[in-house]
Amino acid sequence: MYALEMIEITKEFPGVKALNRVSFKVKKGEIHALCGENGAGKSTLMKVLSGLYPVGTYSGEIRIDGQPMEFRNIVDAEKAGIAIIHQELALVKEMTVGENIFLGREPKKFGVIQWDELYYEAAKWLEKVGLNISPQTKIHSLGIGQQQLVEIAKALSKEAKILILDEPTAALTESEVEILMGILEQLRKQGVACIYISHKMPEVFRLADSITVLRDGKSIATLSRAETNEDQVVSLMVGRELTERYPYVKRTPQEVVLEVKNYSVWHKDKPMKVNQNIQLTVRKGEIVGIAGLMGSGRTELAMSLFGAYEGKAEGEVWIEGKQVHIRSVQDAIRAGIALVTEDRKRLGLVLGMDVKNNTTLASLAAISKWKVINQNEELKWSQKYVDELKTKTASLETPVGTLSGGNQQKVVLAKWLMAKPKILILDEPTRGIDVGAKYEIYHLMNKLAEEGVAIIMISSELPEILGMSDRIYVMREGQLVKELTHEEATQENIMMAATGGK
Amino acid sequence: MEAKAVVHERQRKPLFGKIDIRAYTMIGALVAIWIFFGFLNDTFLSARNLSNLFTQMSVTAILAIGMVLVIVAGHIDLSVGSIVGFTGGIAAILSNWMGLPTGLVIIGTLVAGALIGMLQGWLVAYRAIPAFIVTLGGMMIFRGALMGITKSTTIPISDPNFIALGSAYFTNSFGLILAVIAIGALVVATWKKRKSRQQYGFSVAPLSLDLLKVVAISALIVLFVFTMNSYKGIPFPIIFVIALALIFTFIATKTTFGRHVYAIGGNSEAARLSGINIQRHTMMLFVFTGLLSAIAALVLTARLSSATISAGQMYELDAVAACVIGGTSLMGGSGTIVGAIIGAMVMTSLDNGMSLLGMETFWQYIVKGSILILAVWMDIASRKKQTH
Repeated sequence: MYALEMIEITKEFPGVKALNRVSFKVKKGEIHALCGENGAGKSTLMKVLSGLYPVGTYSGEIRIDGQPMEFRNIVDAEKAGIAIIHQELALVKEMTVGENIFLGREPKKFGVIQWDELYYEAAKWLEKVGLNISPQTKIHSLGIGQQQLVEIAKALSKEAKILILDEPTAALTESEVEILMGILEQLRKQGVACIYISHKMPEVFRLADSITVLRDGKSIATLSRAETNEDQVVSLMVGRELTERYPYVKRTPQEVVLEVKNYSVWHKDKPMKVNQNIQLTVRKGEIVGIAGLMGSGRTELAMSLFGAYEGKAEGEVWIEGKQVHIRSVQDAIRAGIALVTEDRKRLGLVLGMDVKNNTTLASLAAISKWKVINQNEELKWSQKYVDELKTKTASLETPVGTLSGGNQQKVVLAKWLMAKPKILILDEPTRGIDVGAKYEIYHLMNKLAEEGVAIIMISSELPEILGMSDRIYVMREGQLVKELTHEEATQENIMMAATGGK
Repeated sequence: MEAKAVVHERQRKPLFGKIDIRAYTMIGALVAIWIFFGFLNDTFLSARNLSNLFTQMSVTAILAIGMVLVIVAGHIDLSVGSIVGFTGGIAAILSNWMGLPTGLVIIGTLVAGALIGMLQGWLVAYRAIPAFIVTLGGMMIFRGALMGITKSTTIPISDPNFIALGSAYFTNSFGLILAVIAIGALVVATWKKRKSRQQYGFSVAPLSLDLLKVVAISALIVLFVFTMNSYKGIPFPIIFVIALALIFTFIATKTTFGRHVYAIGGNSEAARLSGINIQRHTMMLFVFTGLLSAIAALVLTARLSSATISAGQMYELDAVAACVIGGTSLMGGSGTIVGAIIGAMVMTSLDNGMSLLGMETFWQYIVKGSILILAVWMDIASRKKQTH
């Protein structure tokens, strides 16, 4: 008897099939792991299940305990016993544990909250998840692990029969992970079905009874833990055929431009390290890929090297044989580093400004005299990059907010090319842009490498990493765990290192 | 060759597209208000009243010039009214009680304004206290300080040179010379811009369009000077407004500082990641508002020939309203100084016109408040339409 059956679920977004006839079945009292690369469709599937995408926006059938269900919204799904615990915790920090557990469902008499009843009930649920704290504690005084348990208590108090945990251990310390695992094992005994989304192979293999692998929006296989192993799961996750061709050029990298030694980065507000003991070199005219899963600490490393991360950094950074101390973005630009950020709308562009103003934003000094901008020089340079990068824009005075994703990315690239960097860091440079623009960016990267720029490319797309990099580092949990040459690297050995498999 | 032609085509379009519909709506609204009051009251459009109107407008306009940039950067300065009062008090004390010459009074007042701005700017930029709070506090502190240093008395100004700052007029011939200089500068600037663009191989606007612009602006200048001359000449304070507007428009549009301020207001994270020093720029903005408040204080104190404890009260709100009516977005990132000056003119025209009609004070407040809300409403509605 299945607690949950999702049958032939198909969900389309304009231009992409996010889910393509996915089937997913979870038994009662089972922990079922859902594995897949970033973008494989795990989150979309869970959004369908939790009512975030209402019935009618997808095709296929959902059954709970054998009964067909139609969720029009999240409340419907909650009523059917589905609770989701997001990676980003959804608790009100200034309220107490009890208030959070019963938020929106406070026990009332004539519209007056019955506080004694609320805290009595809350204490019962806390006991169930083994959390030994007063329900009157404020959320902000709890650690992430304890908050997660509060979320679970909240879910159970709603009589959840199906509990979805989305990367629950991403922010937990080892001892917190142990506690969580204990609770989940207990829930299993009580007959709760758990869907456990995780990238971490050791956890998956310790907890899960069954494993379903998604890849590119399709359900590839459902395996029983006893009959499979890490190698098989990883190869199913990445097992696509590499049909795309990348304009890779064999290069002979020259002298070392950037050398990072024993580099660690502290979290901006928690006493933990987001990067630890990083050793990294990049040579002149080399493209170095950094692979890893989302949240593994790649962006933090890039931002920290660029002087833009709030957390403190330790260790040494050498550029062209000289040690540098980068404390601000200005320092980084002066030292010859440029960073094309992951989120171009939020971090890369001033959307209300036009193409030319965005292009020159990081190098205004170069076209100014006595701080007065030479507007003709500005036109000349921005026109030069529009021509070189083939940016499609109505004019140089078009607000960048109105351009397509690929053209916006080209404006960001133009901004940093104009700064004449020695080291160019690209964080997810082709995310969300069309295929044509993608290849133009690949060709541009080759051209820049040819001209002697040292390039670091952070990407979650394995084919892109494999197709473009001379050398590949794999990051897992804030550390560079593997280094591979272009020839050695395969989807399997990168994914194995990234997920912590053996 | 063909590619070149395409490029030129691409660049020519915005020259026409650049004609900002918003700016013209505001000018249209201003003209409508003038015609409306002129229709109801004969004296409204007389040279004498227009001269008064421009003089009245000058203080709000000077404050609005600084306020625009602060709002563009995503902050606000609620203390400018109190700084006007406080630095006006300082000016009166320096002039009357200490008997200092006019030059020293001016320097002392400006330094005081700049220091106050620097202190507030430091708190906002380097101590991350919201500008709303810092300047709300400042609004009370400097009003209190004004009462303290003047012992809550009205200090009269007797120095005729000082009084001239706020109430003198330029002689007719000097006004004409100014007009000639202004038109000459306009012609030269337009010519140089054309030359320079041609030198870089960029397309230039058709000569007829540029000529039309020059002629239209020149006509306005001549009309203004003749109107003012038919009364007593160009009022002194107006020259401050024009000079400051030119300087700050230059800062806002032609310098790296101005560009950085607009970038910070548009997207502070992107600005930071482009290597812009946000803190230093933010502090500088408040130094500017402090300085401009001190200039406004000199004009106001001179015009009233005394410093009173209520001087400048509520001026911060007039300045903010002028900016907003003039198209400055409180979300940051956009706004022009010309717009703010037109906004100040709208506010002052309403004040002046309603007074002439003998409307009671309470109506004036209600009308001004409603116009402010209406202006923003229209702005939001038109922006929504654009995005659809």
